[in-house]
Amino acid sequence: MKTLKAIALAGLAFGLVPHLALAAEGQKPAKPIAFSFEGAFGKFDRAQLQRGYKVYKEVCSNCHSMQLLSFRNLEEGEIFSEEQVKALAATFTVKDGPDASGEMFERPGLPSDRFPSPFANEETARAANGGAYPPDMSLITKSRPGWYGTFNQFWYGIGGPQYVYSVLTGYEEPSAELAKEQPEGKYYNPYFGSGHWIGMGAPLSDGQVTFDDGAPNTVDDMARDVATFLAFAAEPHMESRKSTGFMVLIYLAVLSVLLYFVKKKVWADVH
Amino acid sequence: MSGPSTYKPTSAFGKWMHERLPIYALVKESALDFPTPKNLNYFWTFGGILALMMVAQIVTGIVLVMHYTPHVDFAFASKEHIIRNVNYGWMIQKFHEVGASMFFIAVYIHMFRGMYYGSYKAPREVLWMIGVIIYLLMMATAFMGYVLPWGQMSFWGAKVITNLFSASPFVGESVTTWLWGGYSVDNPTLNRFFSLHYLLPFVLAGVVGLHIWALHVPGNNNPTGVSVKSGQDTVPFHPYYTYKDAFAIVVFLLFFCFFVFYRPDYLGHAINYEKANPLVTPPHIVPEWYYLPFYAILRSIPSKLGGVIAMFGSILILFVLPWLDTSRVRSGNYRPIFKGFFVVFAIVCVALGYLGSKPAEGAYVVWSRILTAYYFIHFLFILPMLGLFENTKPLPASIADDVLSKNNQYNLQPAE
Repeated sequence: MKTLKAIALAGLAFGLVPHLALAAEGQKPAKPIAFSFEGAFGKFDRAQLQRGYKVYKEVCSNCHSMQLLSFRNLEEGEIFSEEQVKALAATFTVKDGPDASGEMFERPGLPSDRFPSPFANEETARAANGGAYPPDMSLITKSRPGWYGTFNQFWYGIGGPQYVYSVLTGYEEPSAELAKEQPEGKYYNPYFGSGHWIGMGAPLSDGQVTFDDGAPNTVDDMARDVATFLAFAAEPHMESRKSTGFMVLIYLAVLSVLLYFVKKKVWADVH
Repeated sequence: MSGPSTYKPTSAFGKWMHERLPIYALVKESALDFPTPKNLNYFWTFGGILALMMVAQIVTGIVLVMHYTPHVDFAFASKEHIIRNVNYGWMIQKFHEVGASMFFIAVYIHMFRGMYYGSYKAPREVLWMIGVIIYLLMMATAFMGYVLPWGQMSFWGAKVITNLFSASPFVGESVTTWLWGGYSVDNPTLNRFFSLHYLLPFVLAGVVGLHIWALHVPGNNNPTGVSVKSGQDTVPFHPYYTYKDAFAIVVFLLFFCFFVFYRPDYLGHAINYEKANPLVTPPHIVPEWYYLPFYAILRSIPSKLGGVIAMFGSILILFVLPWLDTSRVRSGNYRPIFKGFFVVFAIVCVALGYLGSKPAEGAYVVWSRILTAYYFIHFLFILPMLGLFENTKPLPASIADDVLSKNNQYNLQPAE
């Protein structure tokens, strides 16, 4: 019995250990900065989401699509009010149709529309970006781990937002030795997931985006803000996941205690 | 379920029904009154946990299908649509995805319990073999389910696994083409996997019915391994085990829900949040954790065909386990040497899983080969030999005796 118990525990620990996936060679682990939305009760900072959206809109969205998000998600996530979202959507031009005469036409965006993509298709995007394809931003904080290791990922999460932050703030001059093999039109970024040469030049510079709330707009601040916004984009329901989870766990914990005593009582006469 | 029914209905409706469809008698005899050894420990609750997991996977799966689109252009987006736009879709999808891992955690505990307490030995060989079929069905179902979101790992995992069949001599290439429904993993592949992923769980449910039937003929094994000898040894399933199982199930659900709500992505692969791209191979293609030991065995053999044979052999060998273990004592509690080898075997399985997650190079390959060899030696040499040479400890006269002696040992007063 004791043996089996020990093995069960070991097996269980192993069950929790599935991804021992490996980092690309030479990739530095993301900088372990803290975000307000981490932890069992973490919430998004609304002002930060607004700033992050502005960075996305003014900088990232020139090349990166965000196809899984609709404008209404900004309202559902309580980032902007209904009126603000309507006004914001209307500043975009959306292709619609065909109309009664069979023609496609353009109209102002509605809250129900998806975010329009900057390029018509992948080929256009590649042609405009020196052959590199700017990935869609909808799930970027979920598809890019900031660090690896079974226990790291269990305790600290996969570090997706930290990955975004680290890439945005991680441009460096390559060492003389590395510079020799620098590919044409690529930049050195040791945090980049697919092997430290990245097709995107440093996208942010200090003071580039002016925030309405007067918050600081250094590269570091803007990278934090946009990483927060992209974490929201990847999982708009994150806050309800955590709050529902808390209630579910409390319920199950109470139920298990009650059942334990019922079981004890039922078994009391067996010997 | 054995022997003619002794149930006598009391109400008029009960009598009327009993003469036409004696369903209440069946439930009463096989579920409520079913005599169950009174010394089962918590490892025996995993059967009930597994039944619950199967139902949960089917229920969440049916809801997911209502919103999912099995097409290479839409599958990935439809999964995200479920998560983002369907009411509570984020929860239902995660219950299903994390549920697959939980199902395997429970089945591995269930299988190792069976191996430790010799639950596969006469007269339970058929029960065990049906269990192995269930395990194979689970593996096939989970594999095809993992392909459905059409993420990067879905696609490349499907490609690697279906490619294994090209190792079959002479017909290899045509078998893979037939499996794919074309010359590469594409829309026809996704569609057939979807179809089979919906079918197999119901086949599984049917085989689980057989598993429970085969359990009810000889009845439960128990931690002493000693057969039930009298009514002194057993308690009716209800209320004793219904409540014990219910308690264990809720504790298991706590564990399950912790992952669903607080570590929803931990058991998966981050790269599967990227849509499948046949032109970009991920740097490391790794199967889900529950396949890793077999993946290590597959890669440990230098020839492709050999690897495939070893991998399938490592599972199929379980079918003949009842005849490989020659010891007449069931429970590992009374087999001191077996106990040691059982621990080593369990560690080897976990270590193979670790090796399966690592790239096939250098020391990892060497260790995979050593441990793969040990895996087979355990079944083909150690178990048959142990039965011949091991000195086992004396068995208790009966289950009741064992329970009483333990109570005395701990100086427990029997409750009133």
